[in-house]
This record gives sequence, C-alpha cells and structure tokens, in this order.
Amino acid sequence: MPLLQIEGLCTSFFTDEGEIPAVDHIDFHINNGEILGVVGESGCGKSVTSLSIMGLVPSPPGKIKSGSILFQGEELVDASEQQMRSIRGDEIAMIFQEPMTSLNPLFKIGNQLIEAIRTHRNWKHKKCKLRAIEMLKLVGLPRAESLMNAYPHELSGGMRQRVMIAMAMLCDPKLLIADEPTTALDVTIQKQILQLMKKLNKTMETSIMLITHDLGVVAEVCDRVVVMYAGKIVEQTDCVTLFQNPKHPYTKGLLASVPNIRSKTDRLYSIPGNVPKPGSIQQGCRFAPRCELAMDQCFTETPPIYETEEKPHEVRCFLYDKEGEPRHETTVT
Amino acid sequence: MKQPLLEVQHLKKYFPIYGGILKRQTGEVKAVDDVTFSVYKGETLGLVGESGCGKSTTGRVLLQLIEQTDGEILFENTSITSISKKEMKQRRKEMQLIFQDPYASLNPRHTVEKILEEPLIVHGVQNKAQRKKMVQDMLTVVGLDSYHAKRYPHQFSGGQRQRIGIARALMTHPKLIIADEPVSALDVSIQAQVLNLLKDLQKSFDLTYIFIAHDLGVVRHISDRVGVMYLGRLVELAPSTTLYEEPLHPYTQSLLASVPIPDPTIPAQDENILSGEMPSPSNPPQGCAFHTRCPSCMDICTSSRPTYQEVKPDHYVACHLYNEREAHA
Repeated sequence: MPLLQIEGLCTSFFTDEGEIPAVDHIDFHINNGEILGVVGESGCGKSVTSLSIMGLVPSPPGKIKSGSILFQGEELVDASEQQMRSIRGDEIAMIFQEPMTSLNPLFKIGNQLIEAIRTHRNWKHKKCKLRAIEMLKLVGLPRAESLMNAYPHELSGGMRQRVMIAMAMLCDPKLLIADEPTTALDVTIQKQILQLMKKLNKTMETSIMLITHDLGVVAEVCDRVVVMYAGKIVEQTDCVTLFQNPKHPYTKGLLASVPNIRSKTDRLYSIPGNVPKPGSIQQGCRFAPRCELAMDQCFTETPPIYETEEKPHEVRCFLYDKEGEPRHETTVT
Repeated sequence: MKQPLLEVQHLKKYFPIYGGILKRQTGEVKAVDDVTFSVYKGETLGLVGESGCGKSTTGRVLLQLIEQTDGEILFENTSITSISKKEMKQRRKEMQLIFQDPYASLNPRHTVEKILEEPLIVHGVQNKAQRKKMVQDMLTVVGLDSYHAKRYPHQFSGGQRQRIGIARALMTHPKLIIADEPVSALDVSIQAQVLNLLKDLQKSFDLTYIFIAHDLGVVRHISDRVGVMYLGRLVELAPSTTLYEEPLHPYTQSLLASVPIPDPTIPAQDENILSGEMPSPSNPPQGCAFHTRCPSCMDICTSSRPTYQEVKPDHYVACHLYNEREAHA
C-alpha cells in the first residue's frame, strides 16, 4: 500500500467570478521512502494540491469538492480538525518557500522548535530541548546550542531554511511536503539544501513530495515525477523516463525551453501563448490552445489518461490513443 | 577590431553604515569593489553571481542612478562620471534599463500608451501624433498589438508586462540596454519567449546588452561574454563558452557544479560543492574575498588580494593560482 494515495481530488475556489477549479480530478500516489516531484508553472495547482493534503486550503473561498486522500489507509478529506492537527507536523510535515515568513520573528528558534514537539509529544522540557538540538545538528547547523537562543532575523536565508527543515523533522514525519523549498535561495545554498533533503530521505526514510518549477531540481533529487498543467496532471512517470522520453507536448515544450548550462543553443524553443488563468478553459484539453499538435478533438473533449505498457508512464493526451488503452473513461466535469 | 561601447575602470561603490547614538559612520558596505571591464558594441555581457555580490549595484552605477565612490566610466570614449546631471539626462537616452519585476516597474494608474510615451516626452519628441505612431510601432515590435495601448498594466500577464518594460526601454532607441534580472520573475515557458525576443531585438536594433542574472543557464544562452562577481569583485571574465567549459576560478567552478542539470542520467557533482555562505560585504575577508570557502586556498590568499589579470587571451581571472608573476617571484 502506498503511503499516500490521492484519487479524483478536486479543489475549487468559490469567488465572485464563479467557481475556479484550481485542482481538477488528480490521481497520484507516494510510496514509502520515495521522493516525488510535482512540477508545473505558476497557477497549475501544485501548491493547492499540497494544501489539500495538509487540510490547509483557506475556506472560504476554497473547498475540497470531491475525491479522496488516503494517508496510511486513513481518509484525510473528511477528517476532523482535531484529527488533522494531530497528523500535521507529526506524521506529515511541510516546509515552505519563504523561510523568513514561516518563522515567528518574535520568538527564539529554540522556543519555536520546542513548541512544535510539545504539540505532539508529552515530553519533559529537557528532553524536548535535547531533541531540538539534535535536529539542528542533523540538518548541519553549526553551534546548535547557541542557535537555540537566536532570533530568526539573526540567521541567513539558507540557515533559516535549515531550521525549517529541522522543525519539520522533529517528530520523524512519514511524509515531508516541501513547497518550493529552494526557490528563494542562491544556487550554492540550494545545492546544500537539496543534498540535505536527499540525506534525510535516505537515513530517516522520510518520503518527500517536492513541489518545484525547476526541472533541474527534479532531475537531481526525484525518483518519480508528476507534471501538472492548469489543475490537471498531464504526465506521470519515473524521473529518468520523463527526461529521456517525455510524451506530453507540454512536458516536451517545457524541457526544450530550459536553457542548459552544458550546451549553447542559438534559439530556445518556446511554447506559444500564456499560462491560462485557472478556470478560463472549460472544454477540451487545457493545453490545446498552446499545443502545436492539437487536433479538433482536443478542443472539445477532455483527453483521458493513457498508460503505456513498458514502464509505468501515464500521459493525458489524445496522441497516445493507439499506444495504450485508456485507464478509465473521460471524466466529464 | 572590436570597439568598446562602455569602459569601466576601477569602479567602486561603498555604502556607508551609520550607527551609535550620534549616527556617525561606523563602517561601509563594499557593494562594488574595484571592478574593471569593457563592453563591446553589439555584444551581450552577462554578469552573474549570488545575491549580494553587487551585480545590480554595478548596473545602477553604470546608468548613474547612484553615484560611484571612485572609478571611471567611459561611454563611447567620453567619461560620464564627471558630466553634469543635465548632460547625463541626455546621455541616458542612449542607455536604458529593463527591470526585474514586471509587476512593480509599471505604473498601475497609467495606460500602456502613457507609459511608453513618457520617455519620448522627456527626451523632447513634441509632436503628439508622432509619439502615438511610435508607441504603436514599438508595441508591434515587441510582439503586442496596437490596441493594447489603451489598456492598463493589470490587464496583462507577467510575460506581456515584461514586453511592455522592454518596449519602454527601446522607445528612445538606446545603444546600450542594462537588463537587471529581466526573466527571473517569469515562468519557464514565458522566459524562453522573452529571451528569444531580446535576441531578435538585439539583431534588428543593433543593441548592446549588459545582462544581469543569477540563473547561469539563462546567462550562457544569451551572453557572448560572461563576468562572475563575488562580494563586489569581478573574479572571472571570459567568452561564454570558455567560461562554462573551462572555468579557471575555483568560485566559478563550484558555482557551475551547483547548478542542477535537467538530466537525471548525469550524476550530480557532489564533491565540488561549496560549504558555508557568502560573508557579509560590510566585513569582507582579508586577501582574496573567496578564501574562506575556497577548496584550493593557499597561504597567500589570506593576506594579499589577487590581481585581476588576463591569463589567457580574453580570459581574465583574479586568483593567486593563476598569478604567474607572483609564483615565479
């Protein structure tokens, strides 16, 4: 049984302009001990997916409309707030993009770490403190004891992100959701943080869901990848296959538009048009208006997920109609 | 022979730090510390480095938006550091800036037409009909439609706004454009469109770019030559292919090794990564600024600052490893 199994998840925002489906019928799973990458451009629903898992979708206006999120066999969609509180930070932890805004500037690092443990563990203060220091050492921070008395503003961006990771790892979570953890950091610091996450994944067997827009980061750390576009999963496979044999025209376009530091091309491929606003495309494949290979069918019907046989490789595109059998019929929304 | 459009000699910019009860100057941040380079006509010079290395400050000083502490800037062989503000305003017609954040750099209360018209008014195009015509033409050049002129910035997406920012920079037909992180706020697919547009415009308008960015892939793609900055100093400058394939300075080598490659079959280079973080520019290390993190640090690095010199044709490095004169002495 996978650690996390998501089926048919739909999360919408109900605004004055009507319903905006941010996440629309997505299915994926995370196995024990694996690093799953979720890639996509802004507005594709990757962050809303993670907030849905954590039960943190701002409501109103947001709401999980349908679908199921099974974590270790337990349904999270209709779990009570109390249940979610005991899972959040304990079994599933999350780190965010901007480490400065996720730490309270008024409290010392030590207080914030100890508070996180005491929420979930009925430990004595001294034990909590030792655990906090142990985690700060684990994430590679020097002078862990004195850092406990430091305020967040005294640390640099990379150190703050390490503190966030230490805080997330305090209760040995089974799943760590990292939402763009390195986007605000410089490349040399990004490299250090990615290495740290890989190390934690190996040594503590924590599964990681890594949300990012950077394909280079995906290639470096992920085992499997989910590509999202405008609220839908368009392609899902293991990391090597995705980069060597991408199937969906969007994935292909995305890979071709990244400038490579290894070689110089005269002209970059660019996907024409703009990323659609969530909810602006009602009918057909959401990528069809920007797709060079779009057929008439693409504008009227939503393509189902096709599975190719040789390796688990799912792609939501009519071009693969003959290659594999559709897994299930088109979900009409 | 290549002609330099812009020559920068020993440029320094120190920002004072005030502290204590009397608000006396207690120190200074050496944002740009003795930088020398030239930009040739029609080329793109990339400037890369981590945040806080002084690349944006360099761009601003070049346009004289802030005044340098010391050093000389020659634009078309005339010094722009000693001329009056009035003269500089005239000069600035030929040097324009493209900003990073397309959301913050356009006035939300102005229509696109007004935004694009403003540089023309400032630089004395009196005829209203002529201005309108120029705005319409420029919109088509950057890939927008002429009916967009009546719209407001919020009605555009990030990529389109950056096109408006580019159009504004081009209105006065400049020779030099300083682009400060022009694509870092954009999505990958939009980023490629804007990079291609910048390349096309360079050909059709005969532009010279200084392209400031932190994304090494983007810089390689667009630049002819690349300069790497660390703590306010230029540590290496070379033609782009040379710099990326045979980097000499240890900092450049580790910086390149840190960039994640979008290909999972290439094993990640884990041995060459930097430990620690960039020291504060208000208190830079003695000697070579990089010696605290350098994998091949020698005794001399902690005491004397390496000279920035040409070690191979067109390849400038500031590192004691390549200081032959000192090695022989």
